[in-house]
Amino acid sequence: MTTPKLSMRGVRKSFGTNTVLDGIDLDVAPGEVITLIGASGSGKSTLLRCCNLLEPIDDGAILLDDDDIAEPGLDADPIRRRIGMVFQSFNLFPHMSVTKNVAIGPRKVLGVDKATANATAIELLARLGLTDRSDAYPDQLSGGQQQRVAIARSLAMGPEVMLLDEITSALDPELVGEVLDVVRGLKTDGMTMLFATHEMAFAREISDRVCFLHKGRILEQGPPDQIFGEPQEPRTREFLQRVIDSGRL
Amino acid sequence: MGSGPFRNSAHPVIPMDSQTRREAYEQRQRRRSIVIASASTAVVIATIVVLVPRAPRWDRVKKSFFDGDIFTDSFPRLLEAFWLDIKIFAWSVPLIFALSLAIAVSRNTRSPALFPLRAAAVIYTDVFRGIPVILTIFLVGFGVPGLFESRAWSNPLIWGSAALILSYSAYVSEEIRAGIEGVHESQRAAARSLGMSSTQTMASVILPQALRRIVPPMMNSLVSLQKDVALVSLIGPVEILRQAGLDKSKFANFTPYVAAAVIFLMVTIPCTRLADYLLNRERRRTGATTVS
Repeated sequence: MTTPKLSMRGVRKSFGTNTVLDGIDLDVAPGEVITLIGASGSGKSTLLRCCNLLEPIDDGAILLDDDDIAEPGLDADPIRRRIGMVFQSFNLFPHMSVTKNVAIGPRKVLGVDKATANATAIELLARLGLTDRSDAYPDQLSGGQQQRVAIARSLAMGPEVMLLDEITSALDPELVGEVLDVVRGLKTDGMTMLFATHEMAFAREISDRVCFLHKGRILEQGPPDQIFGEPQEPRTREFLQRVIDSGRL
Repeated sequence: MGSGPFRNSAHPVIPMDSQTRREAYEQRQRRRSIVIASASTAVVIATIVVLVPRAPRWDRVKKSFFDGDIFTDSFPRLLEAFWLDIKIFAWSVPLIFALSLAIAVSRNTRSPALFPLRAAAVIYTDVFRGIPVILTIFLVGFGVPGLFESRAWSNPLIWGSAALILSYSAYVSEEIRAGIEGVHESQRAAARSLGMSSTQTMASVILPQALRRIVPPMMNSLVSLQKDVALVSLIGPVEILRQAGLDKSKFANFTPYVAAAVIFLMVTIPCTRLADYLLNRERRRTGATTVS
């Protein structure tokens, strides 16, 4: 068995008296795509933010290639550059052009010179179908375009793992497809991904494994056909039924 | 065309020749507003022009504040003295900006080793925002030169400017800090998730956005500084206020003060208008709307 790319062991996190992650154990193999599903507040986003060390965990361990990255006191910057993160609200830098948004990470963090970083950025943008928007500013783009730029910005750092935090939740329905296409492309390229989402049909299509989170625990996990076809846990069935009732599956 | 839900309704379609109904309505409203505003302004001006000269001692006030000859005699001299105010202003502004930026950024540091710096920044802003500018000018202007033997150190221009810089940096640093805190946390998260250090995040992502936001409030501080430069005259330098005082004594007439006020307004009114314009533009840009 290969060592997992990313691995969580008994991860706990609470905000005040509110326990958000209540002992998470999860192994993500290299090239594996895992989707996290569950109601709002079940801990999906916090789990991803903890993996990227944006939130310190209270207990447990997070291993990247078998190294504990959640060790208190560890310098988080070199670790973060190996893990890409895409946010629900895009979070592009509004004062920078699209190209600069993508080039700024390699320039500041990896010390790549401006010309090389820009060339790489433009290449990446072309791959994501954004060639003609490279000089635009974020507020001139549609939500779908902004989210694709955000993905490009993250990819520019050459991450080993991508964390996608409900990246289509802020988009108009007709723009969701273009962003999901990018995620399909990443899977084809063999990217390891951890993907929190409400897009159940897409989760079923793209996942190697689906995890259902409930109150900070992984209540059930398995191949998508099993989770969506024959869920074992009553809570999972209940959640999926609600999703079906709201017309999203 | 013609298949929309409203095309089949009983209402006739209004032809869109030059103006929509709303535009026509708004134009009528605008005309009405202009007429009312002009009329009420005319009434107010007429009242002032008619009533003020009827005040019992208007003639004496007119003679001692609005003497045309003294005004023309004094004006060029005051304008020349105002040049010093401009110079004090000009060299103070970049120093205020640099000092307040340093204070604002040091208040945002996290490292425990920098605790003394953070504490100093807090004490500094509390102290200098709590003391009237004029007191700071007296204390610095008369106190600091006393530390030195040489008279070369007793230049009131230097210490007067230093007092202004100390006072204003306390205010401007708070404006910058508010700008820094106004940048949404998600911007920091995005920058840090790329692996940028906190210093890189501040320099490349947070500060550029913060500084854009604080231009309007900072403009207001600068307009205020432009006037407070005159306070430096109280420790010696012959700038416009001092010169106006000299002229007042010479002519035994207050007209030079009025002339000085006119000169200040010539500079501060355009600056205030510019500040308001920038503020409104920022408001529009950030999507805030006004409700009539």
